[in-house]
Amino acid sequence: MIVTKNLQKSFGNHMVLNGIDETIQKGEKVVVIGPSGSGKSTFLRCLNLLETPTGGEIWFEGMNITDKKTDINRIRCKMGMVFQQFNLFPHLSVLENITLAPVKLGLMTKEEAKEKAYELLQRIGLTEKAEAYPNQLSGGQKQRIAIIRALAMNPDVMLFDEPTSALDPEMVGEVLDLMAQLADEGMTMVVVTHEMRFARKVATRILFMDEGKIVEQNTPEEFFDHPSHPRLKEFLSKIL
Amino acid sequence: MLVNLYNSFYNALIPGQRYLAYLDGLKVTLLISFFAILLGIAIGILVAVIKVTAINSNARWLQAICNLYINIIRGTPLMVQLLIIYNLIFTSRNTNELVVGAVCFGINSGAYVAEIIRAGIESIDRGQMEAGRSLGLNYVQTMRMIILPQAVRNILPALGNEFITLIKETSVAGVIAVTDLTKAAQYVGSRTWDILPPLVIAAICYLIMVIGLSKLLSIFERRMAKGDRH
Repeated sequence: MIVTKNLQKSFGNHMVLNGIDETIQKGEKVVVIGPSGSGKSTFLRCLNLLETPTGGEIWFEGMNITDKKTDINRIRCKMGMVFQQFNLFPHLSVLENITLAPVKLGLMTKEEAKEKAYELLQRIGLTEKAEAYPNQLSGGQKQRIAIIRALAMNPDVMLFDEPTSALDPEMVGEVLDLMAQLADEGMTMVVVTHEMRFARKVATRILFMDEGKIVEQNTPEEFFDHPSHPRLKEFLSKIL
Repeated sequence: MLVNLYNSFYNALIPGQRYLAYLDGLKVTLLISFFAILLGIAIGILVAVIKVTAINSNARWLQAICNLYINIIRGTPLMVQLLIIYNLIFTSRNTNELVVGAVCFGINSGAYVAEIIRAGIESIDRGQMEAGRSLGLNYVQTMRMIILPQAVRNILPALGNEFITLIKETSVAGVIAVTDLTKAAQYVGSRTWDILPPLVIAAICYLIMVIGLSKLLSIFERRMAKGDRH
């Protein structure tokens, strides 16, 4: 579904992604972990071209999206993204946040989008917040709204950029639960996170990044129980 | 003494239906201000968006043009700009001075509005642009539906200031033979040989306009603040 070929990204002289070859299959739940500054967020943000790669190619559903001729806006409709800082639109109500893009892009009529939005709100139990504004919500509620805002586009893959890092500890659970539900339903997911328990439980594959490279990847059991790369061993010993 | 005061104001207003002169002047001032504000907003948004967009693209020359425009307008006196535009660009004698005035004040205001809007756009977290783009909206759509509405809310007080300044600055429009409120007051004064009362009347008119505009803006501000409730 997503293939990166020798993906590179540098900011000035600083090489953040140092040639990444990776293939993500449909239905996979890939968790990316690594120390800060290892390039994991940049890697994720390159996948929907929020960061423009400085080298290499990215293919999504058979299309080279790093090609200048590709209409990236249409590709992004198929790739939902969830941010660390939620990034809800504060001047719009929850309902408008969810329906804005599908309606403006002509994917749904106003009524369809509204119906879809209520269906999604009901799923996360926040129907009564439809007319509320983001500032009236808790962090966990904001992030769950942000997730369903992305889901309203019917994406083929969801990208999560440290979705729980800006949350109060007691709100982390509700967001991770929703993500685990999505995973159960077969959504293809790429998740950058520090939540090791989530990674072990939900991931089908874990990538460990260091200094702009994927230095080790494995199934969760092997990854946590039998790490082989010394850098990964050191990392795990510090956080577990 | 009071009778004298009453008489001079009476003379400045009533005989020969002089109040009509003020009303005509007021109409001109309002028309020039209104269209200048509209033009200023249009130019301001355009220039501001070009300036913030050109930073991350290869259209640097566009940004250079915008900077030149802003520097020239902000660096020269309004009255000189007015005279130059009137004499140089609108050379034909049958040009409508009212249009010239509106265009000139609009071009002038645009430079200030552009800087205000640019500051507003830059005050919005870049995550907002990223969120809009990640949902498949293009740059212009995200700018229009997500960034600008929030930016405008943040800069409304500064924008209001600019509009108030603009209304008052139109009082120099007289130099291009437009009979605006100030000029009308001067005409009346030259008739009655008593310049102070007409000027005070004009001042009161400006004051009422500015206070009205401030009220309007504060209503607008409250309405836009609905997302801010906690």
